[in-house]
Amino acid sequence: MEEKKSSSRDYRSLLKKVVFVIIITAITPTVVVSMFILNEFRASYQAKVYDHMELLARKHKKNIDMFLSEKLMDIGWLARSNRFEELSNSVFLNQKFVELQRAFERTFVDIGVVDHEGRQIAYAGPYDLFGVKYSDTDWFKGAMTKPYFISDVFKGLRGAPHFIITVRHEHQGKPWILRATIDFGEFNNLVEYLRIGKSGFAFILNKNGDFQTEPTSDVNPDELVKVLKGDNALNRPSSIFRHKNQEGKEVLYAITTLKNGEWIMVLQQDVDDAFAELNNAQKIALLIILIGSLGSIATAFIVSNQLIKRISMADEEKHTADKEKEIMSQQVIETGKLASIGELASGIAHEINNPVAIMIEEAGWIEDLLEEEEFKEGENLEEFCRALKQINTQGKRCKEITHKLLSFARKTDSRIAEISINALLEEIIYLSSQRAKYGNTEVRTQLEKNLPPVFASETEMQQVFMNLINNAIDAMEKTGGIITLTSKRVGDNILVIVADNGPGIADANLSRIFDPFYTTKPVGKGTGLGLSICYGIVKKIGGDIQAHSVKGEGTTFEILIPQNTEADVPAVGMKGD
Amino acid sequence: MSKKEDTLSTPLRLLLIDDEVGYVNVLANRLSKRTFQVGKANSGAEAFQLLRQKDFDVAVLDLKMEDMDGIEILKILKKMAPELVVIMLTGHGSAEAAREGISQGAYDYLTKPCELTELIEKINEAYAQRSTG
Repeated sequence: MEEKKSSSRDYRSLLKKVVFVIIITAITPTVVVSMFILNEFRASYQAKVYDHMELLARKHKKNIDMFLSEKLMDIGWLARSNRFEELSNSVFLNQKFVELQRAFERTFVDIGVVDHEGRQIAYAGPYDLFGVKYSDTDWFKGAMTKPYFISDVFKGLRGAPHFIITVRHEHQGKPWILRATIDFGEFNNLVEYLRIGKSGFAFILNKNGDFQTEPTSDVNPDELVKVLKGDNALNRPSSIFRHKNQEGKEVLYAITTLKNGEWIMVLQQDVDDAFAELNNAQKIALLIILIGSLGSIATAFIVSNQLIKRISMADEEKHTADKEKEIMSQQVIETGKLASIGELASGIAHEINNPVAIMIEEAGWIEDLLEEEEFKEGENLEEFCRALKQINTQGKRCKEITHKLLSFARKTDSRIAEISINALLEEIIYLSSQRAKYGNTEVRTQLEKNLPPVFASETEMQQVFMNLINNAIDAMEKTGGIITLTSKRVGDNILVIVADNGPGIADANLSRIFDPFYTTKPVGKGTGLGLSICYGIVKKIGGDIQAHSVKGEGTTFEILIPQNTEADVPAVGMKGD
Repeated sequence: MSKKEDTLSTPLRLLLIDDEVGYVNVLANRLSKRTFQVGKANSGAEAFQLLRQKDFDVAVLDLKMEDMDGIEILKILKKMAPELVVIMLTGHGSAEAAREGISQGAYDYLTKPCELTELIEKINEAYAQRSTG
C-alpha cells in the first residue's frame, strides 16, 4: 500500500516535470517573439504619432503666422499708402475701415490712429473710442518700440477679449501708430476647430500662461507653462512630450512657439487616445498569446497525462510480472520448506520407532509373564493388566503418529504421481484434526467411493487442501463450526468441495481472495499467499478453483481436478528429498 | 496357536537380526516363551557367525542397521543358507527397499513396529511355505 502511494507520487512529480518542460518550450519562444515585435511596433507607432502631432503643430503655426502677417501687411499697406493727415481724419479712416471690412468681413473690429503720446486721434469702429489715451497700456509701450507689433489678448476698455496689431510710422520726426483690433472669434476659429482624434485639441498661451484663445477648463495653463519652462521648451521652435496632468491622466503635448516665442501653441491629446490603435493591437496580441498559451498548456497536460498513463501501465505490468515471479519463488520456497520439514520429521519418526517398538514389546513381555501361575493370584493383577494395555494402546498411538509423519515426509516433493484424492483427504483430515479440535471445529466427509486416481503432485495437492481447511478453521476460530469435505465425480473430472458454515466473506473481498498478498487476517498471521498458491497449483494441473460465499452462512471452495494422465501435467523441477 | 501344534515337537529355529539390542532381547523373550528357539544377532557379522555355528529355519532381519545395509546382509544370508526363509522388518514408507529385498530372495516384509501376533503369523506362514516348497 505504501509502495503504491509513493509510486503514484512519483508519477505526479514526473507529470509535473513533463508538463513544465513542454509549457516552457512551447510558450517561451511565443512570448519572447511577441514581446519583441510588440516593442518594435510600439516604438514605431509612437514615432508615427509624434510625427503626426508635430506636423499638425507646424502646419497650424504656419496658418497662424500667415494670418497674423497677413493682417499686419494689410494695415502696413494702409499706413504706407496713405498720408498721416488723411489717416488722422476719422471720416477718411472710416472709409478705409469699411473697405477693409468688405475685403476681410469681420476680421477687423476697428482701427485707429494713435499719436506718440498715446492719444487716439482718429477711430473707426463700433465703439466710442475717439480721444482715448493709451499711453499707459502694455500694448502701446510695446508698439512704440517696434515697427510691427501684435499684442496679447486682453479685455481692455470694451470688456471683451481681443488683441491689437500695430504698425509704427513717423510724421515730422514723431512716431504715430496705426492700430487695428482683430476679431477674437475669427482668430480663435483658427485654433478652436482643430481636433485631433477623440480627445485632441489646440490652444494658445502667452508666456505667462494666459489663454490667447478661448480658455478651456481641461487645461491648467500655469502648471503647463511651469513644465514648459522647466523643459526649456520655450526656446525651441517645437517640441513634443508627455506629461501627467493633475487628474493623473497622461497627456501628449506638441508645442510650437509663435510671435518669436511670446506665444505658445499647444496641441494636446490624451495618450490613451493617441495610442488607442496601439493599445488595441496590444490587447489583441496579448489575447492571442494568452489563448495560444492556454492551448499549449492544455495540450501539454493532455499529452503528458497520456504519456504518464502509458508509463504507469507499463510499470504496473512489470510490477505484476515481478509479483508473479515473487509468488513463484515463494511457492518454491514453501515447497522446499515442506520438504525439509518432511526430512526432519522422517528422521524423528525413524528414531522414535525403535524405542516405541521396544516399549510395546516389553509391555507385551510383562503381559506374557503375568500369565504364569505365580502371578495369577496377585491382588493387583487386574490393575497390572490395565496399565499394560494402556501402555500398548499409547504405544500404538505413537506408532500411528510416526507413520503419518513418515507418509507426509515421503510426499514432500512435487513429482507427479498417481494419487487417490480420498486417501489424501483422509490423511489431511487426520493431520489437521488437532487444530480442528482446538478450533472447536468438526470435520465431516462425504466422499464418493471408487474415484479414479488423478495425476498430480501429492505434496502440492496436500498443500491445496491443507490451506483450505486451515483457512476454514481460522475463519471459524471464535464460533466453531462444521467443515464438510465432499468429493465426487463430475463427468471426467473430480470435484472436491470444501465448505464451512463460518462468517463468510464480504462480496468486496471475495473477488480478491486469490490475489497474492491479499489477506484479511491480522498482521503477522497470514501471508496472503495461501490461496494464491492454491490457485497456482490447481491451474497448473489444468483444474479450476472457485469460491462462493454468503455472509453469515459460510464459504464454499470448489476445486475441479481434471482426470488427466501423467503426460498432461507439466513437470516442475522441484525435488523434495 | 492351534495351528502350530505339529511344530511343537521340533521347535522352529528363529534368528533375530536387529542392531536395537533392547528390541531383539524382548522379542527373543516373548518368542521363546511361545516355543520358538531364538538366536539373537545385533549385527550382520554376529548373524553370520551364528549361522555358521548352527542352522536356522527363519530369520527376521531389520533392513535398517548401523554397520551394514540390510539388503547386503540378506544377500550374504541367502548365500550362506539358501534354505533360510528371511522376513524383513522395514521402517514405515520404505516399501522400495522391501521390494528389492523380495527380489533378492526374501520371503516377505513387515513394517516396524509390528504386532507380535502378526510377526508370529508371518513366521509360521513362511516356515510352512518352506516346508512345502
